[in-house]
Amino acid sequence: MDDKELQNRFQAQVDAEIKIEPKDWMPDAYRKTLIRQMSQHAHSEIVGMLPEGNWVTRAPTLKRKAILLAKIQDEGGHGLYLYSAAETLGISREEMIEALHSGKAKYSSVFNYPTLNWADIGAIGWLVDGAAIMNQVALMRTSYGPYSRGMVRICKEESFHQRQGFDILYTLSRGSAEQKAMAQDALNRWWWPSIMMFGPHDSESTHSSQSMKWKIKRKSNDELRQDFIDATVPQAEVLGLSLPDPELKWNEERQHYDFGEINWEEFWSVVKGNGPCNRERLAARRKAYDEGAWVREAASAYAKKKKEQTIAG
Amino acid sequence: MNNKAMLFDYVLHLADNQVIMAQRLSELCGHGPALEQDIAITNISLDLIGQARLLFQYAGKLDGRDEDQLAFLRDVHEFRNVLLVEQPNHDFAHVIVRQYLFDEFNFLNYQALCQSKDEDLAAIATKALMEVKYHRRFSRNWMLRLGDGTAISRQKMQDALNDLWSYPGEFFEMTGGEEILAKAGIAADVASMKPTWLANVTQTVKEASLVIPEGDWHQTGGKKGIHSEHLGHILAEMQFLQRAYPGQTW
Repeated sequence: MDDKELQNRFQAQVDAEIKIEPKDWMPDAYRKTLIRQMSQHAHSEIVGMLPEGNWVTRAPTLKRKAILLAKIQDEGGHGLYLYSAAETLGISREEMIEALHSGKAKYSSVFNYPTLNWADIGAIGWLVDGAAIMNQVALMRTSYGPYSRGMVRICKEESFHQRQGFDILYTLSRGSAEQKAMAQDALNRWWWPSIMMFGPHDSESTHSSQSMKWKIKRKSNDELRQDFIDATVPQAEVLGLSLPDPELKWNEERQHYDFGEINWEEFWSVVKGNGPCNRERLAARRKAYDEGAWVREAASAYAKKKKEQTIAG
Repeated sequence: MNNKAMLFDYVLHLADNQVIMAQRLSELCGHGPALEQDIAITNISLDLIGQARLLFQYAGKLDGRDEDQLAFLRDVHEFRNVLLVEQPNHDFAHVIVRQYLFDEFNFLNYQALCQSKDEDLAAIATKALMEVKYHRRFSRNWMLRLGDGTAISRQKMQDALNDLWSYPGEFFEMTGGEEILAKAGIAADVASMKPTWLANVTQTVKEASLVIPEGDWHQTGGKKGIHSEHLGHILAEMQFLQRAYPGQTW
């Protein structure tokens, strides 16, 4: 079969909603796009452990501490599934991690913002995980089998994460004046970065149209962003907190919320490495990895020794 | 001290061991040497917080305070944990050695408490024992891997063992109240566990190609509320929100 025929057969399989599996033929660009997207997704889970980890040791009650630890542990688990799913495309976890550490691979820019008070943990759960869920629910139907199946598992856990985030903010918003102020402050800082998580406008997005055709992406950035805003505004009303966008209002005609223009200059600046915590986040990942090198080396030396003993014995 | 006060003190000691160990492990969340170990250590921390909560809730029944008042509103001198669990995460070798020495003890202690005449303690111990079995398997396996891995890892493990060896002796010291409770079949007789603990640890250390450090002097004080300098910093961090914003619901 020539390349053209393979391409056509591949696209027909995608169009018929038959999942592409690791051993199936796929265009190189499809494979590359998936590696980029899945590794970026995995890195986001791992880097995302850091801003929340910042409050684990200071969680206000034992119950909150346990819930937060369990949530961060889930994220580590999501990172694992995603790295494993990406490995089915012929790249190793080490290669992906090296690309993260060298700055070649990206992760979600939202994790380059700092967690300054306890309510930030609520805001991350409610808004950041909420935005991630919008994206991930759509990805359950993505064309690549291992990615799609990973997403099904991940989505189950993410909805619990979003609820715990909302619960933190709900409790604070019904607490003392100081606690309400914490919650409002967190919302003021996390709202726009969460909206930015959906990426550039469809008209500006370089990879979008091909990814839609390959059904790697199932909904566009702007559609997902609108879905998220429409779902979230009523929840903010339940909390009795205000969202920091004066242009946010219901549009009867569109049956959607209108919202203000995103600060794209800030978005691109953080993507390019100039956010409040970009350097710290990467440095923390590199430090953990470098300091763990002797542990990984010892573990593989030990495994090798045991294997040789088994063969000799 | 009446029986209720002795029991309260004893249950607090058990709870404090778990909560301070959990707090130390939680500092590592997101910073482990590989994803798998990061997840495993977080898991152990989570189990220990769960055990601490059950124990604090039981202590609270004797005293009227709730679990968070007990964890977040006592000062250093009121904590009764052994000194080992408050030692810092110097490197992964120290983390593993500290965990293993503690897990072997925690296992024997909970195993004995499963037979306690105090039904609440026996029930908590039965649940905790299942978890600690897994912790011990994890830390023991890593003792072997790192001890018998590379020359570098062996040296780091031996250094950690040398640094921490003066702490476990305290596990087997009994306070006056503890002795009375042990005679009544309520507390575990920790003094009698030392030979078994030492035999288990010696076996693992040998299998890991490491050497038991010489000397039998040991640190003491934690069970009486006299701690190392580390505990004050642990509590300053852990208790921050409850201290800065007293009496609020979180």
